[in-house]
Amino acid sequence: MKLLNRQHSVLPGFGLSFGLTLFWLLLIVLLPFAALVLKTADMGWAAFVDTVSAERVVASLKLSFGAAGVAAAINIVMGFLLAWVLVRYPFPGKRLVDALVDLPFALPTAVAGIALTTLYAPNGWLGQHLVPLGLKVAFTPLGIVVALTFVSLPFVVRTVQPVLEDLEKELEEAASCLGASRFQIFRRVIFPATVPALITGGAMAFARATGEFGSVIFIAGNIPLVSEIAPLIIISKLDQYDYLGATAVAVVMLALSFVLLFAINAIQWWASRRHGGKR
Amino acid sequence: MSIEIRNIHKRFGDFTALDNVNLTVESGELVALLGPSGCGKTTLLRIIAGLETPDAGRVLFGGEDATHTHVSERQVGFVFQHYALFRHMTVFDNVAFGLSVRPRKVRPSKEEIRDKVMKLLKLVQLDWLADAYPGQLSGGQRQRIALARSLAVEPKVLLLDEPFGALDAKVRKDLRRWLRELHDEIHVTSVFVTHDQEEALEVSDRVVVMDHGRIEQVGAPDDIYEHPASPFVTQFLGDVNLFHGRVDGAHLTIGDYAHPLAAPPGEGQALAYVRPHDLIVSRAADDALASGTVEHIHAVGPLVRIEVATGDGQTLEAVLAKEVFRELAILPGESVFLKPRKVSVFLADGDYSI
Repeated sequence: MKLLNRQHSVLPGFGLSFGLTLFWLLLIVLLPFAALVLKTADMGWAAFVDTVSAERVVASLKLSFGAAGVAAAINIVMGFLLAWVLVRYPFPGKRLVDALVDLPFALPTAVAGIALTTLYAPNGWLGQHLVPLGLKVAFTPLGIVVALTFVSLPFVVRTVQPVLEDLEKELEEAASCLGASRFQIFRRVIFPATVPALITGGAMAFARATGEFGSVIFIAGNIPLVSEIAPLIIISKLDQYDYLGATAVAVVMLALSFVLLFAINAIQWWASRRHGGKR
Repeated sequence: MSIEIRNIHKRFGDFTALDNVNLTVESGELVALLGPSGCGKTTLLRIIAGLETPDAGRVLFGGEDATHTHVSERQVGFVFQHYALFRHMTVFDNVAFGLSVRPRKVRPSKEEIRDKVMKLLKLVQLDWLADAYPGQLSGGQRQRIALARSLAVEPKVLLLDEPFGALDAKVRKDLRRWLRELHDEIHVTSVFVTHDQEEALEVSDRVVVMDHGRIEQVGAPDDIYEHPASPFVTQFLGDVNLFHGRVDGAHLTIGDYAHPLAAPPGEGQALAYVRPHDLIVSRAADDALASGTVEHIHAVGPLVRIEVATGDGQTLEAVLAKEVFRELAILPGESVFLKPRKVSVFLADGDYSI
């Protein structure tokens, strides 16, 4: 049976490389997921529903996805701005700023967490000025949003930047000749061209933020029902040797992430089809 | 609307792109700016459009100074070599763009825009593609859409920057004939830039030949081809054979050969250019300019191109009609004699800039 109706290629080794790729994906990505789902299946439907519908779990899931959503939204706006400034304007220290963007990638997340907590704690540099204003950041959901915004910052910048760089100058000149103002050029020519990249970057930032643990636990304060994120619930269940409970929450997170990413991909597919494919 | 260009200078760093350029384009004319790359033709076009500002000099539209008018208010249509269509918009929205960005007070209604866009799409014969995206079109179609888009705002002048440069030969030929017909229909003052002399000579009313930031010659295509004003123009407009000789009185002498000149350019050392089709090939030695052995014969198509190696290491090229070639029945390796029908003569130390 011909499973793959493949065409003749000049590059040799399709079978071997394709097989290896599949095997690797299975081993690294799919196998852990399968193990997770199988393990959870052991506990039975009633116990599963019981575990995941517990008040604390539901609150933590809402918080994790909610805060990640807010963080992604902030980064879509600010990341676009950063990318815009980096591409459009020459200024001294540009390379340094460009390198700074990658810092959240490189920094161990725990370090970021400690740094942010020191800064925003009620006796911290920023915290001591913010708390009197009624703005509590550390140990609240707001603190979680701050941490998640920090760790997911590079994604939008790094996806939008090349798109802005590749945008031909002629497009703007053409729009200008047609009488468009600078704002109209931005709104109707430049911005729409970056939308697919914004969606991709936003989705990656969101995905990164939902799973974030290290930078959050310090600043969150982990108050049940208030600032306890889903990954922490999993950890604490593991600490109590409640392996099945932990996997149950994990499966719900997995399913939610999957659905969201799938939806984002669908939007993207639709957007790129609108652009008529190639060029 | 006429365009006047007065004493335009433009430098990019150490590079002089335009050096005191003066040019007048009459209302309704189709003018070609022709020259090799780096000659300043595109810079001149961009200065007319307002996409580039001159270091000195003025641009006048219909007698009014437009030098400092912003590009968005200059009412010029500009067509780019690589189309510059908005990829996220349909063909319809691309063409409608210029109308839809107008301030609300002067913006036509939706229906008016629709009528206008469809009329333009019909004009460029692509109304059936209104809902397609630029990515789904061929190069030739994209360029026609780009043209429709620039015409939508009823520009005073239409500027085209190597409009057919990115297209393949066949489409290019069709499009330039089509552009000529379109211009005859709408009569908008147009300037287009090209490095292809055939294109310039075929499409335009007048040709402006440029080199090194200066205008070398301006004239009707036929005039420029028949009476090139400088060695550069002669060489740029097509293949030539070069001979070195002398002008004495009313004669050009090249070795033993003498050619009568109706309007001698003066006296002294001279450069003589003969186009390949102006060389008569014969087996008779009487009064020949040069002789040599036939090296190659390219006999594809209605014209036959013959390369003749002369004794002094030069290779001359002659083009003759197939019938003439058949009568002569020349074979490679044979000796032939060449005689010019028409010669363009320039004094070797002359200054031909204008």
